Order: sequence, then structure tokens, then C-alpha cells
Amino acid sequence: MSQISITVNGIVQTHEVEPRTLLVKFLREHCGLTGAHVGCDTTQCGCCTVHLDGRAVKSCTMLAVQADGGQVTTIEGLGSPTQMHPMQEAFQQHHALQCGYCTPGMIMQGVDIVRRGLAGDERVIRHELEGNLCRCTGYQNIVEAIADVGRRCPESCGGARRTAEV
Amino acid sequence: MVDFDYVKPATLAEALALLRADPEAKPLSGGQTLIPTLKQRLARPSLLVDLQALPELRGIEVSDTHVSVGAMTRHAETASHSGIAAAIPVLTHLASGIAHPQVRHVGTMGGSIANNDPAADYPAALVGLGAEVQTTERVIPADEFFTGLYSTALTHGELVLRICFPRPLRAGYCKMPNLASGYVTTGCFIAETAPGVVRVAVNGAGPCVFRHREMEAALSADFSPTALRTCTQSAEGLNADLHATAAYRAQLVLVAARRALDMALRTPI
Repeated sequence: MSQISITVNGIVQTHEVEPRTLLVKFLREHCGLTGAHVGCDTTQCGCCTVHLDGRAVKSCTMLAVQADGGQVTTIEGLGSPTQMHPMQEAFQQHHALQCGYCTPGMIMQGVDIVRRGLAGDERVIRHELEGNLCRCTGYQNIVEAIADVGRRCPESCGGARRTAEV
Repeated sequence: MVDFDYVKPATLAEALALLRADPEAKPLSGGQTLIPTLKQRLARPSLLVDLQALPELRGIEVSDTHVSVGAMTRHAETASHSGIAAAIPVLTHLASGIAHPQVRHVGTMGGSIANNDPAADYPAALVGLGAEVQTTERVIPADEFFTGLYSTALTHGELVLRICFPRPLRAGYCKMPNLASGYVTTGCFIAETAPGVVRVAVNGAGPCVFRHREMEAALSADFSPTALRTCTQSAEGLNADLHATAAYRAQLVLVAARRALDMALRTPI
């Protein structure tokens, strides 16, 4: 067992874990944060996407010990039902979800896309969503929601106003 | 996943001592291949030695003649580095097309080449550009580094420190990815490294990246699409799976080569 400390949504979480514990399991079972989903467990679906030190990663493909000392943001840390993040609001306004299973990962990845200044072109957004699967086939509205945030308030995702050329 | 021990050493000396003391120990770089492999129980290391805290494996250096990339450099860092984009733009193109964004934020160049998946992208860049791999023990030319299916010249306890790419005159890369996974079904990397000196590397098609000597000879004489017209690729020994037969891969080698050449020809020199 290893004792690790990861700052999750601003709160230091210190727990004893086996080295084989995945980051997503640490978040769900040790921290009680079940927003990051384990859809495929094979690095394909992106439902487990969280931010580690500001970058989107798949928490099912990372050991919790690798993230020791790091800063993790999950969907729970992005906004709350009463004070939603602009990306969450955009997903609601654009009806960018149906069953909702992929949504936490889509939103975390959407924020990362806007942060990197890549939300200005629908084709680029689709390319950047390659690591996220939606089986309700709701991509069109997801892409529109991300583009909307990229247009209206990129700074809410840590992105600049100007959209980078790709 | 089978249990294992884990250490994150703070110094290179400590990492090497840990690896050398245990034949079942494995280095862990980004883990984007190793962790899925552990989940499937295809590997059962006793100990994972995490390389992320070692400064010797970090950093990107660009000079007039070379680009040197630390082994622990993430694909996203390579893809977004302005110095690399100016010196070897095809490397930017290649790195930005590996897997998908979340994997590019974690996976590393050293990890990719040490694994030598036939469907990986970087081996084509190393062989195509004639790069050198600096390890903890020696310097290995790319032509000698990749030895076969998931095999390299690395010995147990030997770590990749840096990859040193000579700047080419012009170069291009085209891969036919598997549409679901993004892995290379067949790819081709073409570089004119000096006037009249051309290297052609093919990945994804065979068990290991290989140089296409016939295309190299033809393009060295005439760096144009016309030179490729008479080049051939045998299906013998190529990979075959549910995505592509060996004959189809042989055909894709020729198509990928034409497109890679097209990219190289659009590079201003």
C-alpha cells in the first residue's frame, strides 16, 4: 500500500491505495466522486475524462500513484446544480445530452478543447473529440455546445479569446 | 490487474539500480500502453519504476542542425512546441495525429519507441529521419534500435534518455489509421535528409518499421511522384488482421508513400 495525496477539486485527498489502483477508482471509491464514469475501461470511450494539472486525461488509464501530488478537477469541481459552469449551461441549452452517461467526460474534454483555443472550427472540435464516444449519437449538439462556449466565454475554460489557427 | 510494487525514484541512478536489481521490474513512462496491457494481464511486472520525476529525460532542444527530445516528452508537448514546428514540421504533424488528445497529454516519445508497437507512429519518424537514440549506456542509430515486433535493442535496465533528430531538407508523413483506434494500419515517412539522399520508412504494414530501399533509390535519383510509379511492395511478410489483409496493406504502402511525398514536396526549401 502507498499513501498518496491528490488535490481533488481544491481539497487535499490523502488515502492509502494499492499501486494498481486506477485514478478513476481513487476518485469514485476513495473520494466518493462518481461523476467520472468507467464506460469501457479500455481507453476508448472518454467517460472517465478528468483534468490532471489542467490537462484532460483518461482516469481509467492512469494509476492513482502516478497522480500523487497533482491537482485533479472532476465534473463535480467544475460547477454545481445551482451555479453551473458555462460549459454545463451550454450542454443544457443545446440539448447536448440524451442518456447523460458520456456527459461528464464530454464536458471535461470540451473545456480542454476551449482552453487550447481549438473551438473555432467544427471540424477541429470533432477531431478533438476522437477520444470521447456518445452512443446516443448526440455529437451534433455536443459540438455546437463546445463551439458556443468557445465563442462566448473561452476565458471560463482558461482559454484565450482569439481562436488559434490549426 | 495483478498487483505490483511501485516506486517513483527522484534520481536516474536510483531508477537504474531498481531496474537492474529486479529482472521482472519495468519502467513506467506515460503508461498509455502499459496500463491497458496490465489490465489484460499481458504483462506481470513485479515492480513499476515511474520515470516522471527524472530531469535527465525531460526537455526539448532545437539547434540549427538537430532537434533533441527528452524521452518523457508527452506527445502533446511535441505537437505544440514552436521550435519543433519550425525545424521539423512533419514531426509536429505526426505527433498531433497520435491516438487522441487525452492520450497525447500523457503518452511519451520514449515510451512509444521502447514499446515498438508495429502500429505506432514515432518509429517511422525515427527511421525516416535517421534519428539517434541516446540511452543510459550508448547511442543507438534508429536503423538498429527497432529490431522486431515489440522488440528493440534496449537491454534490461537500459533507459532511453533522449531522441536526437537531424533536421531534414524536407519530409512528409501519411498514415492510414484504423478509424476506431487511430492506430496505424499502414504509414509511410519520406525524408530528403541531404540533397539527393532520401530515406523512406514504412510502419504499420509489417511486424516492425522498415526502410523501403527501392523507393529510396528511386527518390534519391528523382524526388518526384514520377519516381514512385514503378516502385512495388510485396505482400509477403506483411501483417494481416481483420482490418486489412497483407495484400491490402501492400497497396496502402504505395498510396501512403505518394501522399507522404506530396507533403514533402509542399515543404518550402
